[in-house]
Order: sequence, then C-alpha cells, then structure tokens
Amino acid sequence: MKLKKLRKISRRNALLLIAGFTGTAIFPSISFAQSSQAFDRINEITKGLGATESDIYFDLPEIAENGNQVKVTFEIESPMTETDHIKTVYILADGNPSPNVAKFSFTPEMGSCSAATRMRLSKTQNVYLLAENNNGQFLMTNAKVKVTIGGCGG
Amino acid sequence: MSSIKPRVKVPKEVSIDEIIEIKTLIRHPMHSGRMKDNNGQIIPRQIINSFSAKFNGKEVFQMDLEPSISTNPFIVFQYKVKESGTFDFEWIDDNGEKYYISKEMTVS
Repeated sequence: MKLKKLRKISRRNALLLIAGFTGTAIFPSISFAQSSQAFDRINEITKGLGATESDIYFDLPEIAENGNQVKVTFEIESPMTETDHIKTVYILADGNPSPNVAKFSFTPEMGSCSAATRMRLSKTQNVYLLAENNNGQFLMTNAKVKVTIGGCGG
Repeated sequence: MSSIKPRVKVPKEVSIDEIIEIKTLIRHPMHSGRMKDNNGQIIPRQIINSFSAKFNGKEVFQMDLEPSISTNPFIVFQYKVKESGTFDFEWIDDNGEKYYISKEMTVS
C-alpha cells in the first residue's frame, strides 16, 4: 500500500520533470531563456524571432547617483542608405514599472544612427537596446546600471 | 502651458555631407502618473509622447516618448547635410498640445 502511493507520486513527478526538461531544452533556441518584462517585450517586438547580440555603442553610466536623470547614448554602425539602414531603435528597461522607455524612428537622411536622451531608472537594473534594420533583422545589446536613488516616484 | 518655449541648437553654417548634431530641450514636467504631490494625491500622467523633426517638410526623425523619459526631455540626434533649408521640430503631449520651433540652416 505504502509502496503503491510512493510510486504514484514519483510517476507524476517524473512526468513533470520530463515536461520541464523538454521545455527548457526547446525554448532557449527559439526565444530567450530568461523571463523578464524586457525580454517579454523583445519577444513581442521581434514576434518571437529574437535578436542577435551585437557590438553596439551603448553608453550608460555604470553607477547613476540620481535615477531621475540618466543619460543614455547609442550609436549603431550602419551605412544608412536607402537599401541598408537602421529603421527603429527601442530602449527597454527591465526594472521600471513599464519596460518601454523610448522608440526612435530613423531615416536614411540622417546619415548616422546615433541619438541620446535622458531617462528615469527606478532601481539597479539592466537596460536593453533593440534595433531593427530595414530588412527586418534585429540587433540588441544591454548595459547594467547601478542606481543609488530611484527615479520613478512612489 | 503653451508658453513653453523649446530650445534647439542647430549649427548655422554647415558644409555639404557634414554630419551635424542637433540638440533639443523642452521644459516639461513629464508626470509619469506615479509621483505623489504633497497631499499624497497621485499626479495624473501628463507627458510629451511624441517628438518629430522635419527638414524642408519631410520627416527625418521621429521618437516616441514613454513615462520613463526624464523631466525636461533632452533629445540629441544627427543629420547629414545635403542642402540649405529649414528644420521644423514638433512636440506633442498627452493633452494633444503641440509645441513648435523652426530653425534655419545654410550651407556655406
């Protein structure tokens, strides 16, 4: 009797384990292993295609004393021609109440894909940059910022 | 609020094929909808949600702003000079209020 009960539980656990393993084995290849609001948003924007990590100049302070005014600068190497240019750049914050920070729409007339702004960060977190070129390919990079005083109020 | 005067810095004298940097700043509280006032009441969301730059009537740059952008939004971008002309900058806030400024640029 006791043995039977034990086996019943272990079978259920085994099923769960198998489900878990297949899940972790399949999903990292098509989407991101981590689950966070920024990654959810990246998956939503890329429609599950994911983005390739690339070497983009993405400048944020390592330590931000004031989370209300954090300067963010980026520059993506691109010829910026009609046939090959960066179309959109998203900035996403992992630890803010909402992951969206800004969306930049570039045109080939700009000659370079570079911009800067100031953003709020509520706590120490990763900030992601996601760029889409005119062929629908995605590039991304990230930067970690330590925030001393949060800047989202409340 | 309509007395807000945006500030934009565009180089006056430029040469062809030069990549210039345009800096913009507008005074705006950018209430994210999360801050509380002195009485503990939540200040409703009131932000600038869109910025665009036009050169001789053609849109060259556009940006969507979210509550995570700081008070007094500061935006810098670059532009490759092809000809003389006028830049028109436009900011739109949640109430639909629009703020404009124009800047002339001459190729020397």
